[in-house]
Amino acid sequence: MICDHLTSAAGAPDRSPSPTGLSRRRFLRVGAAAGGGLMISFSLPFAHGQAADAGVFTPNAFIRIGSDGQIVLTMPYVEMGQGTYTSIPMLIAEELEVGLEDVRLEHAPPDEKRYGNPLLAGVQATGGSTAIRAAWQPLREAGAVARTMLVSAAAKRWNVDPATCVAKGGEALHAPTGRHAKHGELAPDAARMPVPDNVPLKRPQDFKLIGTPARRLDAPAKVNGTAVYGIDVRPPGVQIATLAQSPVFGGRVKRVDDAAAKAARGVRQIVRLDDAVAVVADHMGAARKGLAALAIEWDDGPNAALGTDDVTRQLEQATLGSGAVAQNIGNTDSAMAGAATKVEAVYQVPFLAHATMEPMNCTARVRKDGCEIWVGSQVIARVQAAAAKTAGLPLDKVVVHNHLIGGGFGRRLEVDGVIRAVQIAQHVEGPVKVVWTREEDIQHDMYRPRFVDRLSAGLDAKGMPVAWHHRFAGSSVLARWLPPAFNNGLDPDTIDGATDLVYALPNMRVEYLRVEPPGIATAFWRSVGPSHNVFVVESFMDELAAAAKQDAVAYRRALLDKSPRAKAVLDLAAEKAGWGERLPARAGRGISLQFAFGSYMAQVAEVEVSNSGAVRVRRVVCAVDCGTVVNPDTVRAQAEGAIVFGTTAALYGRITLKNGRVEQANFDTYQMLRMNETPTIDVHIVKNSEPPGGMGEPGTSAIVPAVANAVFAATGVRLRQMPIDTAALKRSL
Amino acid sequence: MSHDIKVNGVVRTVDVDGDTPLLWVLRDVLGMTGTKFGCGMALCGACSVHIDGAASRSCVTPVDSVGTSEITTIEAIGTTAAGAKIQKAWLDLEVVQCGYCQSGQIMSAAALLASNPHPTDPDIDAAMSGNICRCGTYLRIREAIKRAAQLNRHEG
Repeated sequence: MICDHLTSAAGAPDRSPSPTGLSRRRFLRVGAAAGGGLMISFSLPFAHGQAADAGVFTPNAFIRIGSDGQIVLTMPYVEMGQGTYTSIPMLIAEELEVGLEDVRLEHAPPDEKRYGNPLLAGVQATGGSTAIRAAWQPLREAGAVARTMLVSAAAKRWNVDPATCVAKGGEALHAPTGRHAKHGELAPDAARMPVPDNVPLKRPQDFKLIGTPARRLDAPAKVNGTAVYGIDVRPPGVQIATLAQSPVFGGRVKRVDDAAAKAARGVRQIVRLDDAVAVVADHMGAARKGLAALAIEWDDGPNAALGTDDVTRQLEQATLGSGAVAQNIGNTDSAMAGAATKVEAVYQVPFLAHATMEPMNCTARVRKDGCEIWVGSQVIARVQAAAAKTAGLPLDKVVVHNHLIGGGFGRRLEVDGVIRAVQIAQHVEGPVKVVWTREEDIQHDMYRPRFVDRLSAGLDAKGMPVAWHHRFAGSSVLARWLPPAFNNGLDPDTIDGATDLVYALPNMRVEYLRVEPPGIATAFWRSVGPSHNVFVVESFMDELAAAAKQDAVAYRRALLDKSPRAKAVLDLAAEKAGWGERLPARAGRGISLQFAFGSYMAQVAEVEVSNSGAVRVRRVVCAVDCGTVVNPDTVRAQAEGAIVFGTTAALYGRITLKNGRVEQANFDTYQMLRMNETPTIDVHIVKNSEPPGGMGEPGTSAIVPAVANAVFAATGVRLRQMPIDTAALKRSL
Repeated sequence: MSHDIKVNGVVRTVDVDGDTPLLWVLRDVLGMTGTKFGCGMALCGACSVHIDGAASRSCVTPVDSVGTSEITTIEAIGTTAAGAKIQKAWLDLEVVQCGYCQSGQIMSAAALLASNPHPTDPDIDAAMSGNICRCGTYLRIREAIKRAAQLNRHEG
């Protein structure tokens, strides 16, 4: 998300990312691999088009073809369930003319110099549905260069014209004579061949792997219990710790009575920090028992009285003033003044926790001369830097072992858990695994920001929008996470989904006010900026259609003449969902449409509302145009998962504070959608040859307004706050 | 206090308090990390194991309550007929994403299939709704259970 936002902030209105346009020599280098074979070093930007600005060639991805034929790809993205470890190797296998099973993927070690992006103050991160978009062009080009050089090496060996040779099935072939040689056998010779200046990439119609469903390479270990997540590491002599952090953000430990905790069997040590207390034990059972036996007196500090309503008031107040202008088209004020009718609304979205199934954890060993970290992270180099800073060690004295991630969703783009583990490990002899309880995980998350949005629109005599004004207030995650990205009161993530709408709106102004809630840390959350903005924009668009007494799909469609790809997914979703067909009483369909993360998506949600106001999402139809589809099964899986994630937020997601304390604690008070509540989901993919768009996130932002609009269709009640308040819905029925 | 428990057919002696949840005995004492911690309150099912064939939440099962029962974990579920079919179906239908909850999902599904070879949708809801998947793989889990049940049918 981050890099992509930065590029889009740089201003290119063109939504079709073009190839980098770089001279190939500038971003790709070929040589002999250590131990024999061919090594291709190249530069993989974190989003399309950025290598061009890097200036100096700093490779961050490597393909090694050993003389044994083993192909190893080293690259900086991590697997967190999104299928990256399967989709990325497909790109190189395709151009190299080898099977997917012939490519082994290795994760890069932490090294911001090598793997970080200079544009991003050197952040090495996986997030924001950027991986496949960033890798699409450079990986295929690197594969094509390798293929060309292998074929040239074979032609030279056989003394034939390279044009008469081809690569096929992991070999170079000379069809006229039937001679063939394996890639591995040719690799050492290939390393000495000149690097071709221009290599043709395969045409889409010639793809053998891209666009076909591929088996996930990480699946077998995940069904038999052998997969190792961060929480599963067991370095020799490891002790287990769990902790209590100040229940009020910004509070401190005043007094601890740990006599009873120390007496618990298996408890080895109590570690008191400034704002937390940890119990170190032989196993988590003993650590938890010790924790329960601790009597901790807290100094709650300045946020002791803070409640959610305080934050809401602060945000509402802010939206009464003007903000930084994020979008300005035409003359909104005069168009509004001249409009036939005016529609106004105020929307709110709540703080949200990530609730990854693997609770926060990190294992650390701190010695005088070095530190070792075991963790599952989306930002491995930040882990290294945070550990070094906390332990007071130089960067090169910190070794980080990255492991599988039991759910990221943005939570593991943060290193607060690593800092905690190092702080505790500094008091402990040997390695200590710090495992947060679920309650700590939810109550000390860094949350999707709360926002308040004020919207108004002017409609002409036919009900079509002639003026659109959207002003909202809330936290900027990016301003903290990557300060250089926050400029002139704006950051590209927070406004994403609010400014570049698919609709033709002649007069439009969007303003943002950065308001940081006291004491509450905010963070990226699956579908980031659009998770908030698409709900607001698509709900309000529905309000305009209703005000104009028009069908919600037809109304949107009339605004899409300049967005054929958006129109196509809208039509497809409506058709597949049976839009317009009759439904029983208290059932309804709702539509949403968005362009985000490089993909066009429309969703139709079908809901039923019970007498008690409970909403059941029965069916979701999702139409997506994400450009070239690399692994269609992964596209479907990500859409399905993202829709469940967003439905969870629409029905249940809410973090609230009272007396400075988060009121939700575990899955009883912070509920997740379950099997019996899951709608049927039909995913329809538009086929085309546009560059690939991201798929990890769009489904989440698109489902929330679709559900809200469906509730409106079923009941006539407009939901301007998330999550759905069933009690209020019942009252209004 | 020392306890003898039978895990995947092997008797193991562990020296912990009797009220220690089985989950931590498996993970931290015996080093069997396939069984996962999710909530500690039997709300999410990530810690599911079989105790005498019944899916049980190990995070709330005191080790001294197990007695001589047979404990089966994800590490050995593939040796049971139902477990092997479930694992195969999980791979065939590409169920997993992050995978963290899938040990528990598979244990719940294998217990269901062992006791009910041809479960209906309501049967699947009843057996599986205690297992949370944050990646949202529920639809594929449902289809995979049906696929595994079909394997039962083909065997007669």
